[in-house]
Amino acid sequence: MNCIQFPILSTITYLPLAGIVGILLINKDKHALIRWLAFITTVVTFLVSLPLYFCFDQTTWNMQFVEKVPWIEAFGISYHMGIDGISLLLVLLTTFLSALAVLSTWTAVTQRVKEYMISLLFLEIGMLGVFCALDFFLFYVFWEVMLIPMYFIIGIWGGPRRIYAAVKFFIYTMSGSVLMLLAILTLYFMNFKATGHYSFNILEYYDLNIPVQAQFWLFMAFFLAFAIKVPMFPFHTWLPDAHVEAPTAGSVILAGVLLKMGTYGFLRFSLPLFPNASIDFVPVIMVLAVIGIIYGALVSIAQSDIKKLVAYSSVSHLGYCMLGMFALNTEGVEGSLIQMINHGLSTGALFLCVGMLYERRHTRLISEYGGIYKVMPWFATLFLITAFSSMGVPGLNGFIGELLILIGAFKANVWLGLIATAGLVLGAVYLLWMYKRVIYGEITKEENKSLKDMTSREWVYMLPIVVFMFWIGLCPRPFLNTMHASVGHLLEHVNQHRVVSTAVAGCNLSR
Amino acid sequence: MESIIAQISFQAIYPEIVIAATAMIILLLQAFSPRESKKVMGYLSLAGVILSALMLLGSPGGTEYSFSGTWVIDNYSRFFKLLFLLCTGLTILISLKYLKEEGIHHGEYFAILLFATVGMMIMVSGADFITIFLGLELMSICLYVLTGYTRGRQISNEAALKYFVLGSFATGFLLYGIALFYGAAGSTSLKSLADITVRNSFQNYTIIIGMVLMIIGFGFKIAVVPFHMWTPDVYQGAPAPITGFMSAGPKAAAFAALIRIFVEALPSARNEWVDLVWILAVLTMTVGNVVALVQDNVKRMLAYSSIAHAGYIMVAFIAAREMGISSVLFYLLAYTFMNLGAFAIITVIGGRNEERVNVQDFAGFGYRNPVAAVMMSLFLFSLAGIPPTAGFMGKFYIFSAAIKEGFLGLALIGVVNSVISVYYYLRVTIAMYMKEPETAPAGTMGAVLFPPAIIIAILISAYGVLRMGIFPSDFIQIAQQSLIAIK
Repeated sequence: MNCIQFPILSTITYLPLAGIVGILLINKDKHALIRWLAFITTVVTFLVSLPLYFCFDQTTWNMQFVEKVPWIEAFGISYHMGIDGISLLLVLLTTFLSALAVLSTWTAVTQRVKEYMISLLFLEIGMLGVFCALDFFLFYVFWEVMLIPMYFIIGIWGGPRRIYAAVKFFIYTMSGSVLMLLAILTLYFMNFKATGHYSFNILEYYDLNIPVQAQFWLFMAFFLAFAIKVPMFPFHTWLPDAHVEAPTAGSVILAGVLLKMGTYGFLRFSLPLFPNASIDFVPVIMVLAVIGIIYGALVSIAQSDIKKLVAYSSVSHLGYCMLGMFALNTEGVEGSLIQMINHGLSTGALFLCVGMLYERRHTRLISEYGGIYKVMPWFATLFLITAFSSMGVPGLNGFIGELLILIGAFKANVWLGLIATAGLVLGAVYLLWMYKRVIYGEITKEENKSLKDMTSREWVYMLPIVVFMFWIGLCPRPFLNTMHASVGHLLEHVNQHRVVSTAVAGCNLSR
Repeated sequence: MESIIAQISFQAIYPEIVIAATAMIILLLQAFSPRESKKVMGYLSLAGVILSALMLLGSPGGTEYSFSGTWVIDNYSRFFKLLFLLCTGLTILISLKYLKEEGIHHGEYFAILLFATVGMMIMVSGADFITIFLGLELMSICLYVLTGYTRGRQISNEAALKYFVLGSFATGFLLYGIALFYGAAGSTSLKSLADITVRNSFQNYTIIIGMVLMIIGFGFKIAVVPFHMWTPDVYQGAPAPITGFMSAGPKAAAFAALIRIFVEALPSARNEWVDLVWILAVLTMTVGNVVALVQDNVKRMLAYSSIAHAGYIMVAFIAAREMGISSVLFYLLAYTFMNLGAFAIITVIGGRNEERVNVQDFAGFGYRNPVAAVMMSLFLFSLAGIPPTAGFMGKFYIFSAAIKEGFLGLALIGVVNSVISVYYYLRVTIAMYMKEPETAPAGTMGAVLFPPAIIIAILISAYGVLRMGIFPSDFIQIAQQSLIAIK
């Protein structure tokens, strides 16, 4: 299965650890050295992760690059890593954004740089682990461990209400995940009853035919954990706080990768493990998703703080991901997956742009800006591309994702599809209106007259994102191909149960 | 009833003899030694602890009765004895500097500590109610004294008195329970009680009342709600190293004895006590965690947290099959590491007269003592049950056992509680990393100096916490091999 004949997933996951050790050895006052080492570590991690894409076999839905060694044998826990078409792009997104995130805080974080970089690298380990783990226990460990660095990133380097935001983030996510832990344990004993041996192997659980009634409760427990992480309306309230208070890199990672852990969870666990419950929950989740889309967009329109606006736009965008996923057809799920990547790129880039403005002016209020294009033409251009990408203008990445999702949604439910389409318009409203107020017009504030345009460092981290935006937008085939087999298999698995449940329902009726 | 051949094998109590002898040597030396060389007493007692532990490690496995069946050595008691010795050893390391700073550097301190250890060791090896009671009392009386050891401080005196009075009450309950058992079985041995209960299939109300009294008596010792009232005051008043010791060692000893009694003597009584203990467990977890939320004194907060942890352990106790009991052993060991680690750091930060034990006293600690703060965070995250730490693995083990036995509701309450607990553990990390000391006196702004003995204690604890969290296999195996044969 592993065409590289090398534990590449573990290498990628733990490479940041090497960086952490290196940074620990450096004197804490040598900021430049620490930054460089962190940056080099993340870049190397990204480069090492590239072979995943090139060696990836797109024709199969099987797990690839699998590593499996016994870990805690008494419980049947093994160290089991592997990726398929669903996780591949997310792993790449993580390594890609982590490198950019380090670069983006080059000058923004000047205090406790050492601890900061260690936290960022630690976070990367946790995120990669979540996407690669194929053992439930291992997955849970990574899922929880990533809370710690994020908590510190928000709480130490964040804005004025950082402590509140950090604690809220921690408790909210944790309360969702402990229920998931109980559900995992329940599955574990169910699996034992069915197979006679203890195992936390996720793939093994896929074949477990869980009784429909149990599926309901288990689905609920997982749903809460993932819905909080996504975050779905109405579990989203931690997100604006965390986003607004977090430093730029924190926001980039939070929006770019962390939220994807929730949507990924639905794809990896909820759908294949509880197909009947998933099908039953489709109406609820699709309605919640559409509410999230509209609500997120409306609240974004009302924001006076750019960062808050972007944060709420995440609620809206993630609504699209959920909508597409639970349309339960190829277009919807693939659109949802590609939209996860898109959101990572677009919203990540939006946060980076906000960060650039903030670094120059130390305010995020829209009213403080205006006429920026006169002093920062390049920034204005990139910002425009980013905004376009976020609102789904054709030719850019967002369009592909949203189009696929909407096709999927229309297939599943015309009315919800229509409302979701209206959300697109609202998306254009808040982004363009914000863009107009920040970039166009006359320079009203004296301080804005002397703003510097993009520095070379900022170019370095913005350009790759823009390249990817166009790449996915103009030529999405290669990206979609990677996920095709896995998504197809997943849907086949789920829809099989749709047939079964309708058949059972039909039997009951005929009686 | 089969007669047990009277045999006295001193070999069976060698580890206890070593500890007791060390304690007595220290008392003798104390009388003749010059005033300054007290440090040597600490190291001497440490040597005794290590020697005793080596003897335990070297002893052959298997179950063996001696002293006319009143004494049993099995893997279960070996496990706990090693745990107590670990706990005592760490406490000695933590105490050295503390005693010097407080000006109470006497040899007696170590002697009393060692006697308490002997008491705990007797408790887990007792196969007879009288033996268990003897051990319990030896331990308790030593603890009363240790609680009041910083006699210059009023709060310490008050704590000792409170502990003594309430502890005596508990003893009374326990003794009454034992008397009732004796009345029913005609013997004080656990075995004969087991025979009676199996035969009578629990129609005997004497035994049921005895059991309830037993739960109350031990409930006091392990600080189960509603018998926990003494805990916060005593934990706050006792010297910091002793607080750490009390929350780990004696608590584990009481749990060990309780489990032995219920598994060995009352195996058929499960249905009779499950509901009662269920309610106690829920109360203990919830009250412990909720009240801990509002504590400003870290020692007091950890006292309530230790109440909550007793609640988690009771969850496993309710699911008292193999997995449940092995998870108790695992958890108690994990708790020893993380709690003593935390108390080692608190002892140092607290400084002279324990003036700095409030949450806000930790402000800025993360930057003054980065390594120690990281360690403290590690212990706190472990207490909160966040991977990859021993605390997480322990909770995972306990909740698996509960779910396996069908106590899903209990597990649910347990995990909800552990989310609540996160908040107060986070408060300390918030203070350490996210707050600056506001009105700190000039002298406290610098880094706190950590003496080598405490560094060793912290490192051992940190190693334990991480090792049990990341590679728990060995420990799980040890816990599984240390079960009492379950009937």
